[in-house]
Amino acid sequence: MNNYKLRITNYGFLALAFVLVATGLFYQTALAQEPTPTDDEVNAIAKQLYCPVCENTPLDVCPTEACRQWRELIRQQLAEGRTEEEIKQYFVNNYGARVLSEPPRTGFNWLVYVVPPVLLLIGAAVLFNAFRAWTKPKVAASASGSGREAEPSSVDDEYIKRMEEELKKRK
Amino acid sequence: MLPEFGYGVLLVSFIVTVYSGFAAWYGVRNGSASLVESARRAQLLTFPLISISAAVLIYLLVNNHFEVSFVYEVTSQSMPTYLKVTAWWGGQAGSLLFWAWLLAMFTSAVTIRKWDRDLEFLPWVIVVSSITLAFFVGMVVFYENPFTRFWDVGGQVVPSLFAPSASATVFTPQDGQGLNPLLRHPGMVIHPPMLYLGFVSFVIPYAFAMAALITGRTDDRWIRITRRWTLWAWLFLSMGLVLGGRWAYDVLGWGGYWGWDPVEIAAFMPWLTGTAFLHSVMIQEKRGLLKHWNMILVILTYSLVVFGTFLTRSGVLSSVHAFANSPIGPMFMAFVSLTLISSVALLIKRWPELKSETEMKSMLSREALFLFNNLLFMGILVVCFWGVISPLASELFTGTKITVGPPYYERATGPLFAGLLFLMAIAPLSAWGHSTVQTLGRALWKSALLASILTVVLVFTYTKNVYALIGFFLIAFVLSATVHEFWRGANARMKAQNENFFTSLGRLMGRNRRRYGGYIIHISMALMAIGILGIEIFQKETQGTIAAGESLELGEYRVEYRELASWDDFGAGVNYTRSVVDIYENGVFIGQLFPRIDYYYDSQQNMTIPGQHATLRDDLYILLVDWQPVSSQGATFKIYVNPLVNWLWIGSLTFLLGLIFAAWPDKDPADEPIRRKVGVVNRQTSAAD
Repeated sequence: MNNYKLRITNYGFLALAFVLVATGLFYQTALAQEPTPTDDEVNAIAKQLYCPVCENTPLDVCPTEACRQWRELIRQQLAEGRTEEEIKQYFVNNYGARVLSEPPRTGFNWLVYVVPPVLLLIGAAVLFNAFRAWTKPKVAASASGSGREAEPSSVDDEYIKRMEEELKKRK
Repeated sequence: MLPEFGYGVLLVSFIVTVYSGFAAWYGVRNGSASLVESARRAQLLTFPLISISAAVLIYLLVNNHFEVSFVYEVTSQSMPTYLKVTAWWGGQAGSLLFWAWLLAMFTSAVTIRKWDRDLEFLPWVIVVSSITLAFFVGMVVFYENPFTRFWDVGGQVVPSLFAPSASATVFTPQDGQGLNPLLRHPGMVIHPPMLYLGFVSFVIPYAFAMAALITGRTDDRWIRITRRWTLWAWLFLSMGLVLGGRWAYDVLGWGGYWGWDPVEIAAFMPWLTGTAFLHSVMIQEKRGLLKHWNMILVILTYSLVVFGTFLTRSGVLSSVHAFANSPIGPMFMAFVSLTLISSVALLIKRWPELKSETEMKSMLSREALFLFNNLLFMGILVVCFWGVISPLASELFTGTKITVGPPYYERATGPLFAGLLFLMAIAPLSAWGHSTVQTLGRALWKSALLASILTVVLVFTYTKNVYALIGFFLIAFVLSATVHEFWRGANARMKAQNENFFTSLGRLMGRNRRRYGGYIIHISMALMAIGILGIEIFQKETQGTIAAGESLELGEYRVEYRELASWDDFGAGVNYTRSVVDIYENGVFIGQLFPRIDYYYDSQQNMTIPGQHATLRDDLYILLVDWQPVSSQGATFKIYVNPLVNWLWIGSLTFLLGLIFAAWPDKDPADEPIRRKVGVVNRQTSAAD
């Protein structure tokens, strides 16, 4: 660049001024373009978004042409200096909440997050109660006792009786 | 002529199925043994009937009968014959017929078993399985007919089984649309049959459970009869899931094996309840506990099987409204609801008869730990079910579509899976009936110590990620505790029998196949967990467009782009674009890979085939994303390094071995002595009712 400038100083002041302005402009645009977002930077955001048209396909791996263009859109917005959050918001505004890999924690969507832990807690509570119910009667049964003990033998008799009836039938 | 014949046979099999269910019901109600026998034979007849119909469909598929709309949709002239056969389950109507065919095979198989000791179950098993079979055959006969043809009615093409008008002629398209290329992968050829086999074989335990509830023979006889069915069902379902994962890894081109997609979860949910069921039936067998719960689990599994088929087949996942428009969606919904409600009603009716025979004594006993295991499986089920349902609910009630993706599932199920690993380490060493912290501690401290030492080593050599370390600790704990259990058993036997170690290990395992098969499965789960942790936590990726001679670097690998070629294979109807890359590890050349994109002309779809370099340490996985066709100067590659992922596949193979070891038939389990423990009397009386 320097050599270039030196050579053209020979052409008069005007030309020099023109070139200086031109290089200045060139420099400015170069500065704006220089941090062209890499594929990795684009994918880092695309990964968190879902293809607005295909079902359940993250945007970073979706092979469709539409998704390729959306990835370019992310690149463009990154180049314009937008943050990750802004870009995600842009997609939500344009294509709805379904582009997010998780629903935003608002309104009805809270149910998504609340129901499983609540059910799990209920399950744990039921299980805990069942444990208590299972372990307690042991004491109660041995204390109040004989009714429980007697039961099997009466059942036993009945069973043997039936068994014999069945055997008779077979003969 | 052939399509009408195929359809006619299908219609007959529907009538026979309905007859079989009805005759069994009427026969048992009126004490007519001959009618029940007639029902049994009718049930046996369904399999050959549906087989004939299926054979007709296969004939049409293989011989390019594109006038049949199903054939047109899933095959094309360029497809090889074996793919034309497997295209049978490549589309809606065919896969429902396939489902029905497998179910007929299983229900027929179950009717030819020896029934002498369980004759009271027979009519009800026939009733329940016939209702299920009639539903699926009915779906095919009335709604999703694979024999529908194209008709030319005054220049318009109309799909219909019979000529829509007298002047209509059969319309035959030149060529079919061809099978979706994604479905042409060997994994996808075997995956659906495995999954469906798993699905339908769970119908059998359910049918026996219902028979037990209806007859009031609510002892654990139904469990003993069906436990091998359940194991095989579980084997097929598990293999279906694993093959699905492998298929996704190989052809979907996103560097992963599992994306928490609702379709995957639909198959995963019955697996969860099935796994919980496999564990909790052991408590009923050994301790006479949890009879209600086992019924609930088998009912849930059956309902989830039908519900899973509904989710994937009705179009409800793409949109709630598609579901309302699909002819089979509402029918499926009605069937799931009806079977669920009537099963639960039956269960409630028999509730008092399903009393536990013993008591739970300690929170650390084997049975208590199994209950925790069940709680965790149910927790994962709730997360999955809710994750699949909430987008539908949101669309239905608020009108907005939402996505519930991997972050939700990973966050919610991660701790639950960790809990399962922990239980897997300690539960096999706890005692039935009673365990204390002391007894468990004595059995486990060595394994826990070993796992802790290993974890500390990992902190210094591999990772400082806390989640990963917790995971690795648990995996090491499971592995060491389980291996220790093998060693302890073999060692004890070796001393007692005076054998050498390997003989005694072999005999020990051979005598307790279910138990040691189960342990092998636990080991396989731990191995799979290594792979899952590796890819979930340590996956690295990069993407870039490079010219020939340039390279991309990722981790220890360097990938240098050499060349790219594109050519047509007109016979196969495919355009291949194949790139050649050199790969270097730490600067050392280790080989070439050929990531490529196959474009299928018939279905106009791309398929991305990764180049993979697999080692036990990691997988280098390279995708060709894009290329410049004119200049051939540059190509875009996406590169993943997936650490440890191959342990997932090693674990899967170990799993298969363990399960076959446990489930391989020896003598009929039904012939085993009924019971050695207390509680015989109670059970027998209910049987005599």
